[in-house]
Amino acid sequence: MWYKILYGLLVVVGGLAYGLLLGGISRKITARLHGRRGPTVFQNYIDLIKLIRKKTAISHGTMFFLAPMFRLLGGIGVLLLVPIVTKSAILSNFSFGGDLIVVLYFMVFGCLGMALGAADSGHPHSALAPTRGLAQMAGYELPFLISVIGLAIAHNTVSLGTLVSAQQGGILHWNLFQYPFLSIAGFIAMLGMYMAYPFSVVMAPQEIAVGPPTEYSSTFLSFMFTGRSLFGVGKYVLFMDLFLGGATNLLEAFVKTFAIFLFVVFITGVFPRYRTEQAVKFFWTYPVVIGLIDFIRIFIK
Amino acid sequence: MKDNKYFLDDRPEKISYSEVWQKFFNWARAKSLWVVAYGTGCGSIEIPPMVTSRFDAERFGVSNVGTPRQADVLIISGYLAVKTLKRVIRVYEQMQSPKYVVGLGACTVNGGMYYDSYNTVNLVDQYVPIDVFVAGCMPRPEAILAGFAQLMKKIKEGRADGWKQYLDNLDKYRKNQEKVIKNWKIPNYNW
Repeated sequence: MWYKILYGLLVVVGGLAYGLLLGGISRKITARLHGRRGPTVFQNYIDLIKLIRKKTAISHGTMFFLAPMFRLLGGIGVLLLVPIVTKSAILSNFSFGGDLIVVLYFMVFGCLGMALGAADSGHPHSALAPTRGLAQMAGYELPFLISVIGLAIAHNTVSLGTLVSAQQGGILHWNLFQYPFLSIAGFIAMLGMYMAYPFSVVMAPQEIAVGPPTEYSSTFLSFMFTGRSLFGVGKYVLFMDLFLGGATNLLEAFVKTFAIFLFVVFITGVFPRYRTEQAVKFFWTYPVVIGLIDFIRIFIK
Repeated sequence: MKDNKYFLDDRPEKISYSEVWQKFFNWARAKSLWVVAYGTGCGSIEIPPMVTSRFDAERFGVSNVGTPRQADVLIISGYLAVKTLKRVIRVYEQMQSPKYVVGLGACTVNGGMYYDSYNTVNLVDQYVPIDVFVAGCMPRPEAILAGFAQLMKKIKEGRADGWKQYLDNLDKYRKNQEKVIKNWKIPNYNW
């Protein structure tokens, strides 16, 4: 129905505003952890405004132009498919029976577009970054899929809406407490997805400049920036739906996503960086073994 | 060689917006300066304290970025040898407009204590347009921050138009550059 499109736009704009604000808060918290004052929490909005109106005159080929769109589409896709507030006309989004599978696809889609664009830009740093990024993706996808498929088997559904309604009725019904080991595996995989600090080898500031978007500037970068913010919010909401029992009103959604956000930021603030093979080795051992404990428990039950 | 389109040979066109938008964007530009710091001389030692905990330039929206493509400000930190000038020009031309240049130290103003060296470029202003000079040998981070405050004021008022001057007087700048750089092998326009 046509008004669904309007609702979708509303969610995207709201998600972007929230995502940029979270980015600003993350910069502020990181600065405070360093003992600095840090920028204002609205710094990301200002950066975005500036980037949109910077001139761009670089051409590296078709994929170079398409990659920011892929990234943006990946972000919008994830955000629009996960139900933010269940049973709400606007905020349950385009959630449907098999949305979990499509969300899993969209999560890889953005990264893949990024990798193609970065490879096309021809800069050694941005060619190096996707090899690291895809290796790390192979690392965190395993524990993430164990935890997601484990939940799907346990609740016998691939619909996020059903997963959320299965967790209603008190804190102890949340998957976080019902399947604690799957949750641990999922949240560790999430750190890899956000390229949070122990697993920041993809962007690797100070090491390979800024990683994949080294050659991207101006409007291209603003699209990537937008895509990343939307993607970030989408993933917070996804993890809220998967493990923290979803949300029944907007305030609850804010509180829960903010809690997950703080978890990522505080870990980012204090850790040094793993090398690629260390990150992959870590992902394939600890979270996988932890996740398998619950996975086997689900099968035995 | 003609069909080899590795570099865009067209000259960049200028941007013009209405007054109100221009003011709004100038405000955003002044509040979000991404810096690529080119450590040409001893001045580069003052950049790390400026961006880290002690002086914290990020509270003004000034943050470091590793690539000239995304940068707004180029800091030329110290004296320029002829060889380094070539790199500075390349970095400057890879940056996307609007872009600003901050010259650190007496050396960028008039050659400083190396003014009579056979290899030092004395007046950097003749080769790359510089928006703000920060005098001193070496300027402390406080002085650099004061210079940035000056730059922000200039951008807000719309007076930081070094990049426009560079485009308008490209031939003049190019002639000056080619005068000191004998083996000019970098592509003409690589933006």
